[in-house]
Amino acid sequence: MIITKQKNLEEILRVLGNGPVFLIGCSECATLCHTGGKDEIGAMKEALEKRKIPVSGCIILDPACHLNNNKRMLKEYSKEIDRSDKILVFACGNGVQTVAELFAEKEILTGTDTLFLGEISRGNEFDKRCMLCGECLLDIFGGFCPVTRCPKSMLNGPCGGSSGGKCEISSEMECVWDRIYQQLKNKGKLQVIDVIQKPKDWSKAVEMKRRV
Amino acid sequence: MSYRSNLEKILSEGRFVVTAEIGPPKGSDAKKIRDKAEIVRGSANAFNITDNQTAVVRMSSLAGCVILLQMDLEPIMQMTCRDRNRIGLQSDVLGAAALGVRNILCLTGDHQSFGNHPAAKGVFDVDSIQLLQIIKNMRDAGVFQSGDPLLAERPSVFLGAAANPYADPFEIQVDLLRKKIDAGAEFIQTQSVYNVEKFARWMDDVQSQGLDKKVHILAGITPLKSVRMTERMKFHVPGTDVPDVVYQRMKNASDPAKEGYTIALETIRELKILPGIHGIHITALFWEEIIPALVKDAGLFHQI
Repeated sequence: MIITKQKNLEEILRVLGNGPVFLIGCSECATLCHTGGKDEIGAMKEALEKRKIPVSGCIILDPACHLNNNKRMLKEYSKEIDRSDKILVFACGNGVQTVAELFAEKEILTGTDTLFLGEISRGNEFDKRCMLCGECLLDIFGGFCPVTRCPKSMLNGPCGGSSGGKCEISSEMECVWDRIYQQLKNKGKLQVIDVIQKPKDWSKAVEMKRRV
Repeated sequence: MSYRSNLEKILSEGRFVVTAEIGPPKGSDAKKIRDKAEIVRGSANAFNITDNQTAVVRMSSLAGCVILLQMDLEPIMQMTCRDRNRIGLQSDVLGAAALGVRNILCLTGDHQSFGNHPAAKGVFDVDSIQLLQIIKNMRDAGVFQSGDPLLAERPSVFLGAAANPYADPFEIQVDLLRKKIDAGAEFIQTQSVYNVEKFARWMDDVQSQGLDKKVHILAGITPLKSVRMTERMKFHVPGTDVPDVVYQRMKNASDPAKEGYTIALETIRELKILPGIHGIHITALFWEEIIPALVKDAGLFHQI
């Protein structure tokens, strides 16, 4: 899931200036991480109207990253959208751009910062798991990704900063290599660590398009 | 008035400048770079040392520059943002200045997919405009990009950047030039010129904004050595503009190298009289030995 964080209200108000504005949320990721679901869009509408910023309408796209589906869903809201020069989107960076693609004449504003691709670990807790590098190495590392979860993306074992299962960057961050080591040990596969992993092929990470 | 480099001095005195490019070897033999430098000694005022040009690994630009300094030649250190983040770049600026490098050309750099290590991760932590600003601030304000102060001597360097009148959109190229000047560029070396007419149109825009008064513009020249090279430049190298008439001349020539040389000579003569042009930058790809004759025949020899 794409994890987002809502920008703080002052920042949103500063870019927004005066309304009217049309609000867009997303039914998928932004709903699950409580940044652009029904509840959050409703709360935002209320907060803006309290500050005398007119909201001409709102919609939760299903999901915001689906170009053709967006076209279909937004058609029903053309009147409300026409009344606003600005569209404020609460979705991931992808969702915002898919919306922007449809409204060349409008000012598209983003209400969120997109943080990472991660899991819902608990109800309100999210952890980074994948950096979309284009060449998955999880098989080698027992299902834990050092490319993403090690701040140095180390492929040949932990650095000298691993201590008590924690990363040197922050005591709140686990050392993924500690997890990998335990996992390989439990599975009797520690010989994997002896293999010198070659430099990674980052050319896969520059892909910009895929056709099926 | 004290100048940071001889290049800056000559340009400031309003004299016409010649710079030439030297590509470092794919190996650690310093003699390779010395041999090339001996060929072009006396044919240019300063010499660009490329920084892993087209993303192909070569001896480092800084090392190449130091080898030139040992030969009493003035280097222009090219610096790209592809392989180093702001920490590495700033560190190398300090090191280069400590070793006597006085000219730095700031470039974003060719993408790694064009080179011999396409699997490499590109850094691009900052771009050329940001790099110019970073080095200018280190030099003039005595601060690193983070705001942290420099503690032992500021790098006294003359700053350059590239410009390409042939990239699209055409209109934005002058805006980019202005941005580079604002960021700290004091001299500009342009993309190689084959289409003088379009170059002159760009220079008109540059002059109408008075930018030629704020920066020294050196026009790029790359002599065409063969039909194959012409085709590569025309069809495959992004951001170059080889007009059909030039391509035809090269194709029809009985001696393409001679024709390419003649074209380069004509181009230099046309560029030399363009208002606002302060020098010529010669990049003779795998053809450095042609530079002395070219400079002499173009009447640039007495300038040096």
